[in-house]
Amino acid sequence: MSYIFTVSPDFSPDHLSGWYIFNTWLQRQTGEAIHLELYDNFHAQRDAIQANQIDLIYANPFDAAMLVREKGFLPLVKAEGVSDEAIIAVRVDDIIDDVTQLSAGIKVAVTQDPDVHMIGMMMLEAGDLNANNIETHFYNNHVLIAKSLLQGDADVGIFLAEAFDDLSNLTKKQLKILVRSQISVIHHSLMIGPKLIARRTEIQQVLLTMNNDDKGKSVLNSLGFNAWAKVEDEEMEFMIDLMDTLII
Amino acid sequence: MLSDMKPEDIVGNYKETVLNLYGDGSRKIFYTDIETPYPDGKLIASTTDKLGIITHVNQSFIEMSGYTEHELIGMPHSILRHPDMPSVAFKDLWDTVNRGEKWQGFVKNLRKDGGYYWVKATVIPNIRNGQVVGYTSVRRKPSRTKVNECIQLYPTLF
Ligand SMILES: Cc1cc2nc3c(=O)[nH]c(=O)nc-3n(C[C@H](O)[C@H](O)[C@H](O)COP(=O)(O)O)c2cc1C
Repeated sequence: MSYIFTVSPDFSPDHLSGWYIFNTWLQRQTGEAIHLELYDNFHAQRDAIQANQIDLIYANPFDAAMLVREKGFLPLVKAEGVSDEAIIAVRVDDIIDDVTQLSAGIKVAVTQDPDVHMIGMMMLEAGDLNANNIETHFYNNHVLIAKSLLQGDADVGIFLAEAFDDLSNLTKKQLKILVRSQISVIHHSLMIGPKLIARRTEIQQVLLTMNNDDKGKSVLNSLGFNAWAKVEDEEMEFMIDLMDTLII
Repeated sequence: MLSDMKPEDIVGNYKETVLNLYGDGSRKIFYTDIETPYPDGKLIASTTDKLGIITHVNQSFIEMSGYTEHELIGMPHSILRHPDMPSVAFKDLWDTVNRGEKWQGFVKNLRKDGGYYWVKATVIPNIRNGQVVGYTSVRRKPSRTKVNECIQLYPTLF
């Protein structure tokens, strides 16, 4: 029997091969046949979760509530020292210096990444902006959001902070950060589903010690971080509750 | 359980009043006109037990309230109660969460130093294994327009 592993569709394209390498590593460690299935968008991934096709997922915080409370998933680990933060930015020459100076009707560029979108909208709310009084434009990645700002197609961009920091210096110099979230408790998590749950502790242990050998370390590097950190059940519950307070 | 505020903790000119707290007797408080602006990009979070006793606070909560974590844990959440807040707001909060629903509202909070800060708060019940085990409140930066509306509205609710 083969298990299905999937990754939140907002992963950085730079880490695409990293996830395949990780999947191979995981199969070797667990002795199980695990197939990595990537979905083009959150919608398609959620359909697969709903149809009980997924056994392991590196999940967006936005989907954690559904995974835990409806589908019986439990958390394993998160990337150490990494949290999902959002940045609101405008063009560097914009007269706007603060979210509160933005006005209704502006064009806001975002990706489909649901948690970053939510954190961004929460920060725009301080300026009396909401989904009903802005124009939301979706882009496939954060480089395209930056482009849309520079070309004047959008007035404001909502970025994953990490992706913003990874923009070229030339691009960053032409942008101005209005606000950067500092929430620190919202993060992606690797989660395990009902069919594999009997092996949870064992798999968690393998992941937590993965950075102790060179092979494991290089696999982690290909994912863009140094180690996994354990996610306790209550930490996950708290994050789900916190996300719940932010949705509307 | 809540002790009176201390004049030596207060920064600036202050007024004095006595709050009658639900189930917790009265508390003498001192309050000033000094507003601390909401920190951009941050969330202020706390969790209470079913009775409203604080069980967890995050770093932003500590910084904005002016109390230490030690001073907060185990205290009723009314430690932040500001005299300008109408009690109907908190009645609505408790009625709503007791129904198992989410409450949202704009709240003026009292700092240890007598100053205040406005938040937009969302309170939800924490449900574990089907049981309510407590409540979590997460605050975000409120829009100034909404705060100004509350400054007009709240005095009419006393
Ligand atoms: C999770 C949670 C968070 C709360 N946060 C606050 C707060 O920040 N400020 C406040 O004045 N009351 C807050 N309350 C309401 C207090 O429990 C209390 O009802 C209120 O301060 C009024 O005091 P009283 O009920 O003793 O009259 C909170 C309640 C809960 C359940």
